[in-house]
Formats: sequence, structure tokens, C-alpha cells
Amino acid sequence: MGGKSGLINLAILAALLLLVLPLSLDIFRLNLVGKYLTFAFVAMGLVLLWGKAGVLSLGQGIFFGLGGYCMAMFLKLEASDPVSTKIQSTPGIPDFMDWNQLTHLPAFWIPFRSLPFTLFAVVALPALVALVVGYAMFKRRVGGVYFAVITQALALLLSLGIDGNQGLTGGRNGITDLRTLLGWDIRTKSAQYILYFITCIFLMLLILAGQWMLSGKMGKLLDAMREREDRVRFSGYDVSAMKVFIFCLAAALSGIGGALFVLQVGFISPSLVGIVPSIEMVIFVAVGGRGSLYGAIYGALLVNTAKSLFSESFPQLWLFFMGGLFIAVVMLFPDGLAGVYDLGKRKAGSLLEKFRDRPRRPPEITPLIGSVCEQEKS
Amino acid sequence: MQGFSGLSLFSVLLLMALGLAIIFGQMGVVNLAHGEFMALGAYVVYLCSEVVHAHFPALVPFYFIIAIFLAFCAAGLVGLFVEWSMIRFLYRRPLDTLLATWGLSLIMQQTFRSVFGAREVTPQPPEWLMGSFKPTDSIDIPINGVFVMALTLCLTAGVWLFMYRSRTGLHMRATVQNRTMSGAVGINTKMVDRFTFCLGCGIAGVAGAAFTTIGSTGPDSGSRYIVDTFLVVVFGGTTSLLGTIASAFGIAQGQSIAGFFLEGTMGKVAILSAIIVVLMIRPKGLFASKVRS
Repeated sequence: MGGKSGLINLAILAALLLLVLPLSLDIFRLNLVGKYLTFAFVAMGLVLLWGKAGVLSLGQGIFFGLGGYCMAMFLKLEASDPVSTKIQSTPGIPDFMDWNQLTHLPAFWIPFRSLPFTLFAVVALPALVALVVGYAMFKRRVGGVYFAVITQALALLLSLGIDGNQGLTGGRNGITDLRTLLGWDIRTKSAQYILYFITCIFLMLLILAGQWMLSGKMGKLLDAMREREDRVRFSGYDVSAMKVFIFCLAAALSGIGGALFVLQVGFISPSLVGIVPSIEMVIFVAVGGRGSLYGAIYGALLVNTAKSLFSESFPQLWLFFMGGLFIAVVMLFPDGLAGVYDLGKRKAGSLLEKFRDRPRRPPEITPLIGSVCEQEKS
Repeated sequence: MQGFSGLSLFSVLLLMALGLAIIFGQMGVVNLAHGEFMALGAYVVYLCSEVVHAHFPALVPFYFIIAIFLAFCAAGLVGLFVEWSMIRFLYRRPLDTLLATWGLSLIMQQTFRSVFGAREVTPQPPEWLMGSFKPTDSIDIPINGVFVMALTLCLTAGVWLFMYRSRTGLHMRATVQNRTMSGAVGINTKMVDRFTFCLGCGIAGVAGAAFTTIGSTGPDSGSRYIVDTFLVVVFGGTTSLLGTIASAFGIAQGQSIAGFFLEGTMGKVAILSAIIVVLMIRPKGLFASKVRS
């Protein structure tokens, strides 16, 4: 990761996202791609969390939803100014509140009148929730399956809670009918183009940041921690603090994704928060390759494209396909597309060397510690 | 009345959790398709009901007992196949098992939808299960609720006897505690695994069969229960059968009492948050056994 091949990967991704797709797709499809890319943010977070730190969260939808709801609350308040809502019995509050006989804005909505606060909350609120949950769990060395089950329960909890409080959150329908951002109409074609490019640029900046982080000491520590957690702990590192940090980071990434989702799609609802979307986000990563940031993006794009195509033409087959994908990826390609790509590159490399009849490179000397670890594990 | 509805929910939760307590609690396999095994049992009962009503009207009063047995066999056999084809390769990777079984659950759901249709189905219960009996004028106890409770009691007692009083149960518990040592003293741990998984799935099938008496079955009924079921098992402490029973009881009573004071889903939200808070303080559940792992 990083270095020359990292730059090539980034160039390929940039060419695909910034040139090939915008030139070859109409705005409707491009908007869909933009939507898929917002899931790629979650997928990147999951690569850090699951692939690097070895902790699987089945509740990333929580953070995606929190970020999305923060953004949607701001947009909804802007859309419900007193002039355009004057037919309501209480003008100036969102329409669903009026339908539920609320007469004033609930207190927790009020800060979302300000855009700077909203942008701050999009990142900070998911990170804060992750901090509380992560601190409680990782400090007690809970991980693995327990963590997965509890995060899944949290996802259920949040989606039920949003669903059950229609007056406060818009209930099952979610927050819909979002129009403008500071007066700029986000529903027009030009706005959708601009938002698409903003999403791409954010994604690539964050991927660079992620690569930079992983190429340093943090990446090494995470690798070590995933393989032999207790040894890292005995070496004096605070393993649980690192896990909490990565969990918060993944949550913040998901929050950004959620906010960009709302800007591009124009609504958010509890159906994006619950168990099923959260676990679907995991399959993006599993397909792309749990250890690769780029793999996560391609995984999110591919699985979602497949989902759209299948549900357009063979709605019956979609679940079979999805289920088969889960099983096949886990049993046959645990490293996903990135694993297949690496394998292909190595095969091609060795073929090329044979073809050129060069003397083979001597086999790399594996570090002693690594091989000892391998032996102990088996 | 709230107490009785809590009891009835208790038996439902316990039935669901028993199979999982064996698979997840004993083997550590996260089977997210567990709900679908329940749905499978329910569909078997539905099929039996249809066949019996169409061809053997004379058998109508008795078919339910046979149907429960068939549900056990069907779910157990599918479980056997799943263990053989999938789970046995994944014992060392619990998180991957979780993903693979989620995939399995999607496939099973769509299979139910393709075979039985998306609409919910209800088998016709035999007459002796309908109606209610009234010990006094003001109390009205539905017989199907009592039946489910009785079935739960029998099944729980059966599982307990099997796990703690039989030779195979001893092998199962030994394998859980120390796999290598169990293998060394001559227990065929692979066969024990396969049998345990098969048994857990079979019990899920029975649970599904019992549910047909109190509600209808749809392709996604299973997925509605799965999180609750996992929470019951985790909350009770995974390795303890007593813990599972206690936590099913606590959650059921809590939920029905909260449902009395708070409306609709908010009761469930309150209970879920309570469970999660408790789990954050005691992550291994209420009745965790103090075994070093």
C-alpha cells in the first residue's frame, strides 16, 4: 500500500469516477453511482474496523443514519420556512410535526438551524456515539461475535426508535421533501452533477488520508493487533484505545457518507439505519476485499450496481444472488476482489518473468517473527 | 392479564432461544439463519395441515403432533446438510460464519417466497387447540397459549435432561469446554459438532411449529425474531441454560410490562436499551460461567 502502486490505484479510481462514468452515464444513472459512492464511505470505515482492527460491527447503518439525519434536519428546517408552510396550523415547523399536532420545534432540532453546527454534528455525533459504545465494550475486552450482536441490536434499537417517534423524527417515512441548501436548489441536474463531484473528491481525499495513516506506525500496530492482540498489549500499547479510535473514525466516515447521501438522494428514512442495510454494508466490504480501501469502493459500486440491475430485471433472483454472494465470498474468496487482483498480479508477474527468461529473484526472506507466529497459530 | 401475556411471550422467547443456546451458546457458531429454520418448521406444519385436510380428514385431530415431529426432522436434516456443506469449514472464523449464515438466511427466505408465496399462511389448527377456558368469569385463558407453554416446558426439560444427564450431552459439554482434550479421550468431536448443530436446528423447527398456533407465517417471519433471540442468549450468558431461561423470563416480563405503560414500539425500545446497557456493564451476560477461555 502507498508508494507507486498506491498512486496508480488512485489514478485509476480518479479516471473512472471523474472521467469515464460522468461521460458515459446520463444524470439519472450518475446520481445512482453517487448514491453508491456514499456507501463506499461506510465501506472504507469498515475496512479500517473489520479488515485492519479485526472488529466486525453490524451496526454501521447507525452512523450512516445519524450523519444523514443531521443533514436532513438542517435541510428540512430550511424547507419549512414560515412562508412555504403557512397553510399548516403551526407555520415554520416541518410538515410531519404539524401532522402530529406538535406546536413548537423540539429542543434538539433547534441547533440544526445553523449549517456550521450541522456539519460539525455530521462528523461528531456518530463519533460520539461510537466513543461511548466502543469505550464501554473495548475496555472490557469485548470483541468478536459479542460486539457484532450488540451493534446489530443497537441498529435495531435506533431504527425502532426513529420509527416510533413520528412527531419528532418523521417516523417510518423518514424526512422527505428536502429542497435547498442555503438557497441552492439541490434537486436540479447541475446540482446533482456538482454533488457527485464533491462526493468523489471527498472520497479520494479520505482514501489518501486513510492510506497515509495505514502506511505509518498505526498501520503496523493494527496489523500486529489483528494477528496477536495480547502481544501488542504486553508490549505496552493500549489496544482498546486503538480500537475505540478506529471505531470512532469508521463512524465519522459513515456519518459523512450519510450526509452526502441525503444531499444527493433528497431523503433519509429508518430503512437505511436498521439491520438489513447495516449488514449489506458489510457485504460490500467482503466482496471488495476486507483489507483494501480501494477494494471497498469497488465492492460498494459493484454490489449496488448488481442490486439495481437484478431488482430491475429479475426481482425474484436478487436475494438468491445476494445470499450466494455472501456464502461464496466467505468460503471461496475471503479476501474479496482485492485478493483476486493481487493473485492475478502475482501470476501475471511470474509469467512475465518466465517469458523474459530472467533469472528468478531469490525467494524473499520472511522475517523470523512472522514465521514463528504462523507456526504457533497452526 | 399482563402477567399472562408476559408468560406467553416468555415461552415464545424461550422456545426460540433454546435452539440458539445450543448452537451459539455451546458451539459458538453464530447462526443468523436460525429464524429461517423456525420458519421452515412452521411451513412444514402448514404443509401437513393442507395435506391432511385435503386427503385424510379422519386424521385432522391428531396431525399436529406428527407435524411437530416432522418439523423437527425437516429442520434437523437441513441443519445437517448446512453443517456438512458450510459450517464445518468455518468453525475457526466465527465472524465469517455470521456472514455466510446471513447469506443462507436470504436464500432460504427467497425459497420460501418462491414456493409458498409472499403472503402469510396459517395452518388450520385442530379443534382442541381453539377456544379458551375460563376458571372464573373474568379470566379467559386461550388454550393455544397454554399449549405453547406446555410444549416449552417439555422441550426445556428435555434439553436439560439431554445435556446434563445423557452420555451424548456429556460429550457435547466436554467438547465445548476443551476440544483438544475431548478428542484425546476418544470423543469424535467432529461428529459431536455435527450432531449439536443438527439438534439446535431441529429445536428451532419445533419452535416454528409451535408458533403456528399463535400467529401466521410469512417468508420473513424468521428474520423478525432473530435479534431478539440472540439477545436472549447473550443476555443470559451464552454457556448457561439456566441463564437463557432466566433472561427469556426477564425480557418477556419486562417487555409486556413496558408495553402496558408505553405505546407500541416504544416499549420494545425501552427494553432493548435496558438490555444493551446491562450488556455493556456485564458483557458476558448475567449468568456467565467463570471458565477461562
